[in-house]
Amino acid sequence: MTLDTLLQRTDVWRGGRLPAAVKAVPSGFTELDELLGGGWPQGALTEIIMSRQGIGALRLLIPALARLSQGDRWICWVAPPHIPYAPALVNAGVDLSRILLVHPGAQQDGLWAVEQSLRSGNCAAVLAWPALDDKAILRRLQLAAEAGDALGVLFRPRHFVQRPSASALRIQLAPGINGGLSVSILKRRGGWAAGPVHLGPVNTMKAAATPALSSC
Amino acid sequence: MLPCRHMVHWLCIRAPQLPLEIFARGGNKEQPLAVSDEGRRASVLLCNEAAQGRGICPGMPVAAARALIRDLIIQPRDHKAEQAALHSLAAWAYQFSSQVSLYPPCALLLEVQGSLTLFGGRVALLKKLRTGLAELGYQVQFAGAPTPLAALSLARCQCEQMVEEQHQLAAALAPLPISVLDWEQTLLDRMDGMGVRRLGDVLRLPRDGLARRLGQQSLLYLDRMLGRQPDPQNLYRPPTQFKHRLQLPAEVEHAQVLLFALRRLVLELCGWLQGLGAGVQTFDITLRHRQGRYTSLCIGMHKESRDAEQFTILLRERLERLALQESVIAVELCAERIVKLEAQSLDLFGKTDVRGEVDLLDRLRARLGDQAVKGISAVAEHRPEYACCYSEPGHSQKDSSGRQRPLWLLPVPRQLKTRSGRPQLQGELKLQPGCERVESGWWDEQDVARDYFVAINPSGSCYWIYRELTGERHWYLQGIFE
Repeated sequence: MTLDTLLQRTDVWRGGRLPAAVKAVPSGFTELDELLGGGWPQGALTEIIMSRQGIGALRLLIPALARLSQGDRWICWVAPPHIPYAPALVNAGVDLSRILLVHPGAQQDGLWAVEQSLRSGNCAAVLAWPALDDKAILRRLQLAAEAGDALGVLFRPRHFVQRPSASALRIQLAPGINGGLSVSILKRRGGWAAGPVHLGPVNTMKAAATPALSSC
Repeated sequence: MLPCRHMVHWLCIRAPQLPLEIFARGGNKEQPLAVSDEGRRASVLLCNEAAQGRGICPGMPVAAARALIRDLIIQPRDHKAEQAALHSLAAWAYQFSSQVSLYPPCALLLEVQGSLTLFGGRVALLKKLRTGLAELGYQVQFAGAPTPLAALSLARCQCEQMVEEQHQLAAALAPLPISVLDWEQTLLDRMDGMGVRRLGDVLRLPRDGLARRLGQQSLLYLDRMLGRQPDPQNLYRPPTQFKHRLQLPAEVEHAQVLLFALRRLVLELCGWLQGLGAGVQTFDITLRHRQGRYTSLCIGMHKESRDAEQFTILLRERLERLALQESVIAVELCAERIVKLEAQSLDLFGKTDVRGEVDLLDRLRARLGDQAVKGISAVAEHRPEYACCYSEPGHSQKDSSGRQRPLWLLPVPRQLKTRSGRPQLQGELKLQPGCERVESGWWDEQDVARDYFVAINPSGSCYWIYRELTGERHWYLQGIFE
């Protein structure tokens, strides 16, 4: 039996390749896409763990959001920490008319809104900044994202890094060289922890057209 | 006499329990409930199964019934509410036939010949009607016949009979007691005295004798019933606005419990809309408390609809958030502005908007309030804080200068500390080359004169800051490059 025939077998699973059912949204960063097996997982929950604010977590997502905003589904932001600045989004190619901002009063309402948005099927992406630490809730959100075929992204502070999580993808961000960004994969469904890759600094990444990338 | 073979087929819908059901439909079945008639010695007119199961029966004096069940709710009969209920039933039934007529106190007649194909035959239509009416809280009896009066008479004697052909009418009606006729009691008594007890007896009498004894009016009645004379109906026209009320059998203290009663009003609303080929974008709920106080809720949708499931979900979200200050004695649903909405357009909205599914925006707004859900616009404006504003989701302006801007804007600029004149934010901020001067707004007295910089602090975070060109020349943080 040659290696090729072995690989053709349906009961042989190859690591590093996403299951065929999982769609990926290209991230806009070639090396990141390679690391992620095609891009951000659509119909799944992604956790972005960041050491602190202002590190560039959002810009990592913007090219994908710009792409998704060309469809007819919402890009829903639940309780964003600041105002998403419309002119910057326009510059990055995001269609503002697909942006939905939800400002729930209480945290419970926030989680409810995230789950509803993910599950509804009306959202291409749902971004949230929850302060929760509950495995069961993450599991529910992951299922909701699957049901609604949404790219669910939770931005979370660093101390959640050791907690168990049902998210399909967990990545960690750290400051890179010269104001750049270093991205590591902590967990990926159908793959291994990997990285980090380094993305260039903010100024060179305007509109995320041709991001400067260097791997190490 | 007209030589007509009536193809028109009339269906009578009769709700004999209507006096009880107008109260019972707002509450749960376990609660013993009775309706009493008026009069000096009031007695139980009708009672629900829960009351019957505990020994109450129609005709029992109210005092005795009270003694038997302590928590029995007894409502005096409300003729006005019954009449209103019959009108709401007609409004709901209008979706099945454009020819509906009212036969108070508790019957409707529908011309259904035209509707049969539309609703998939008689059996399917009756099933649809029966389930629909049960959901509204009414147990009904049907009877069908080629003429309205025959259908009414058959329904009154509680035999669920369908008479297809006109020539079968006389035989079908013969066994009915004469009490099913809308005739004066004295006339009925006189006939009883003559030994005429059944319709068959009446129909056997010679015509001229009948005319002499009963009068021309009664003869005409019989002719209409048998289809020998046309029977023009006083057709019901649905109102152009909807305002239905449901009296609760007992006071309700928890908002969620109201959903049961409100759902019935929603179904009435949707039936009415269906009949008009219309939809609504908003409807109002009024919760009535004691002493004329009330609570109002408005349920809004981004797109007109008549989907009862969607309305119910939105109502549930709203009620879950509602803390009632007082108990509720009645609920009302009111819809004023309707828009034409053809059946086919309901299916053309695409796959993300299937019936029974609630639009995400509507659901979020029902629970979180209208203000909690927004879109954003980019506006052609030099002052950064005015270049971005909230707008209705899906309707955004997209004007941008194309200059480099941060992804986050602070709602209010934050003044930065300085050390030796240099701005600080968790360490000293390193200004990047390139400064953008913004001077604008003198016309509305919100003028600004600022120099903007991109700045990076020691830990690598990137900020958008400015220095005022006038006054104290303070430094401010306005945006974050994420």
